[in-house]
Amino acid sequence: MKPLALTVNGTPTSAPVEPRTSLADFLREALRLTGTNVGCEHGVCGACTLLIDGAPARACITLAVACDGADVRTIEGLDDDPLAAALRAAFTAEHALQCGYCTPGMLMTARDIVTRLPDATEPRVREELAGNLCRCTGYVGIVRAILRVLAERRGAR
Amino acid sequence: MKAPRFDYVKPRSLQAALRLLADAGDGARIIAGGQSLGPILNFRLAQPQLLIDVRGIPELREVRDEGAAVFFGAGTTHAEIEDGRLPDPARGMLGHVARGIAYRAIRTRGTLGGSLAHADPAADWVSVMPLLGAEIVVVGANGERTIAAASFVRGLLTTALDRTEIVVGVRVPKCSPRARWSYYKFNRKPGEFALAIAALVHDPDRGQARAVIGAIGAAPHVVAEASALADRFDPAAADAAVAAAGLPAGSFERQIHLVALRRAAAGWH
Repeated sequence: MKPLALTVNGTPTSAPVEPRTSLADFLREALRLTGTNVGCEHGVCGACTLLIDGAPARACITLAVACDGADVRTIEGLDDDPLAAALRAAFTAEHALQCGYCTPGMLMTARDIVTRLPDATEPRVREELAGNLCRCTGYVGIVRAILRVLAERRGAR
Repeated sequence: MKAPRFDYVKPRSLQAALRLLADAGDGARIIAGGQSLGPILNFRLAQPQLLIDVRGIPELREVRDEGAAVFFGAGTTHAEIEDGRLPDPARGMLGHVARGIAYRAIRTRGTLGGSLAHADPAADWVSVMPLLGAEIVVVGANGERTIAAASFVRGLLTTALDRTEIVVGVRVPKCSPRARWSYYKFNRKPGEFALAIAALVHDPDRGQARAVIGAIGAAPHVVAEASALADRFDPAAADAAVAAAGLPAGSFERQIHLVALRRAAAGWH
């Protein structure tokens, strides 16, 4: 076991961790933050996407022990985030989820698209979503939800 | 699946990392962003006894303009290159290529040096660095040495790195202002590993016309004198190039690489 000290959703946290434990398993099993879903466990499906030091990352192929000193934000940590709230509302309005398994990762990626690419159009949104798999919706609702929030923010600029 | 059991250390200096690597024997692997090693650990294709995390080593984060070239520390992430905040010696090619690597959530952690050291033949930098005539700077028990990118990757997941060596960075020569480049890759889905890569650079002021055929299951094939593909597009020269790359006649692989080369030659930047 190795000592690990990091900040999760604004709260300083420390715990001993086995080096082989992924950040996703650490969050789910040690901290009981089960909003970060585990799908493919090799970085392809995007269900475990969260923010490390403000940047989107895969929690399934990031070792928890490598996050010593990091600032991690999971879907639970975006409850009071205004942009995440706008995205949740748009996902509801556009039927951008069915089973919900991909949704935490989708919201993380959506948030990254909206903040990093404020002028993104549909082809770019689709390209950026290539790393988040959804087997329910066919993506149409998800793309519309993200475009809706992009348009709202452009309107407010 | 879950990764097998291993030990983990995070040295703060290059010297400490090299010492750990030299002492560890064959069971140690270097890890930086972990975006290539992470998946193969979870698949248990790699079962190291020790991971040496080099993310905390300042030398590997350096980026500097050296006049005729730009040196990128091995720990430079794909996202940093994508975002255009670093100099681009290849007139925008590095940023263009970086944006097409996997997904943003991978690019924020995955590194230039890590991708080259992992040496997946379908990885983008594995094809691009030989195209640009880059050099890989490595350091080990016997000191520092520089390896031409074209002879760095030796085959599938195999490099010229000695067991005690670490990639320090990549030196990319500057293209001249009139240089043009082209990059085409086949993916069934954006971000997945390429089925075929073709890349061209034409730099008349430096007398260079070079082509690379990549994602061929082995080290990329470099066409050092590719005027017949760059100045004009000669289909016979393209046929000869994919044949020389070792792709069997009549195969899907040969055809898809041929088409990639043709499309690269039609899409200059």
